[in-house]
Amino acid sequence: MVTVQLLVIAGILSFVMSFIGGFARLSRFALVRWVSGGIIEFFRGTSLLVQLFWLYYALPLLGVSLPSGLVGIVGLALNYGSYGSEIVRSSILAIPKGQTEAGIALNMTPAQRMRSIILPQAFRIMLPSFGNLMIELLKGTALVSLVTISDMTLNIMQMRNTVGHDTQILSLLLVAYFIIGYAMTLGFRWLERRFSAGRV
Amino acid sequence: MDVTETDETQQTDGKEPIIKYRNISKSFGDHQVLKEIDFDLYPGERVAIIGPSGSGKTTLARLLMTLEKPSAGTIQVDGRHLWHREVKGKLVPANERHLHEVRGDIGMVFQHFNLFPHMTILRNCTEAPVKVLGLPKKEAVERAKEMLDKVGMLDKVDQYPANLSGGQQQRVAIARALVMRPKVMLFDEPTSALDPETVGEVLNVIKDLARQGDMAMLLITHEMSFAREVADRICFFDDGKILEQGPPSQIFTQPKTERLQEFLKRFHLNGNGFQEVQ
Repeated sequence: MVTVQLLVIAGILSFVMSFIGGFARLSRFALVRWVSGGIIEFFRGTSLLVQLFWLYYALPLLGVSLPSGLVGIVGLALNYGSYGSEIVRSSILAIPKGQTEAGIALNMTPAQRMRSIILPQAFRIMLPSFGNLMIELLKGTALVSLVTISDMTLNIMQMRNTVGHDTQILSLLLVAYFIIGYAMTLGFRWLERRFSAGRV
Repeated sequence: MDVTETDETQQTDGKEPIIKYRNISKSFGDHQVLKEIDFDLYPGERVAIIGPSGSGKTTLARLLMTLEKPSAGTIQVDGRHLWHREVKGKLVPANERHLHEVRGDIGMVFQHFNLFPHMTILRNCTEAPVKVLGLPKKEAVERAKEMLDKVGMLDKVDQYPANLSGGQQQRVAIARALVMRPKVMLFDEPTSALDPETVGEVLNVIKDLARQGDMAMLLITHEMSFAREVADRICFFDDGKILEQGPPSQIFTQPKTERLQEFLKRFHLNGNGFQEVQ
């Protein structure tokens, strides 16, 4: 199913982008912080639908034509990756300074502190937000039908033209999104439980 | 009166200091918390730092643990510059790698313990030996258990920090620092954040360490009777300077400066030692 494919591929890409973007925002180098900040703010601050239209209709006029599937994936990944970057950044900053200091007192390197101390704790804070983001992403995939990708929404809309029965068919679409979304909710709840070691 | 006598009281035994602060100043914005401090710590020596809040005691320790950077001056650990590298006879600011190399002999116990909440007690004590010292897991576990036994926490190895009382967490934090076998251990007000009933157990652990170890200890504390019992030397900090120092007998019974006399008046001697007068 195209919707699920999009969800999985764009989900993984935006997850990866979240970490790249989140770490870049926290970089020691001012230039990296500024550039990543600018990119993230741009994609957070403009409409996903307009971004998709731009990639699909405007970019070819500049000489670059992407297949519609790629437009969908790139658009979704950039948009939700930007939101995700803020989740990663704020979760890392939420870890108390004493944790870093304890790591320094044990003579850990910055990389060791990040891997052993900060990230495991930050990841737990990220999970609920990422769960939210992935559901947003699922719902965002419906927009790609507007750049001619035949996802679940486009299929249903076409079926509606041929079969009719608007109420039943559109209700079916809602239920289908809800089922996928709820499955993800359960998955993230399970992850949260797995990563809750040490909490009372 | 400003009496800073450095040489008179130290039990040097001909040994070189393991820690040398020279002309150390530290400012936070406009506020200067340390003012041109010279301070030595000898191998195995136990020094208690006392003084009013905000007098710069904690900052002294944090500079040595590389948690804060001095504004001016130098610190040497075992003859090596901590905050500087020598490049062609000149001192240049240290990079992260240099700090990593030099601070390995120093350990620290924090006021708020700072245990890693996502790790078991055992893992708290084995993570750094494995990752930093490169010990095999088995050896790290043995070392950790030995130290946890020393602080009386061996029965809690599988617990998480959140399940322990403050005093228990602090004892684990002491074990975690000991596993790294530092030559110098910094205690930054280790009992200030504890419930009164658990202060004793932590002080007893530190007293035991002081008795058996050849580890140098820098104890920042408000527990006067503890300082008196454990320390070879007491340093009285006031307004970013070491105003007076000497052996406990001298500091507590014949304070020379008015400021120290004032400070000690807040504590009064009873049968068990000093107690703070509220």
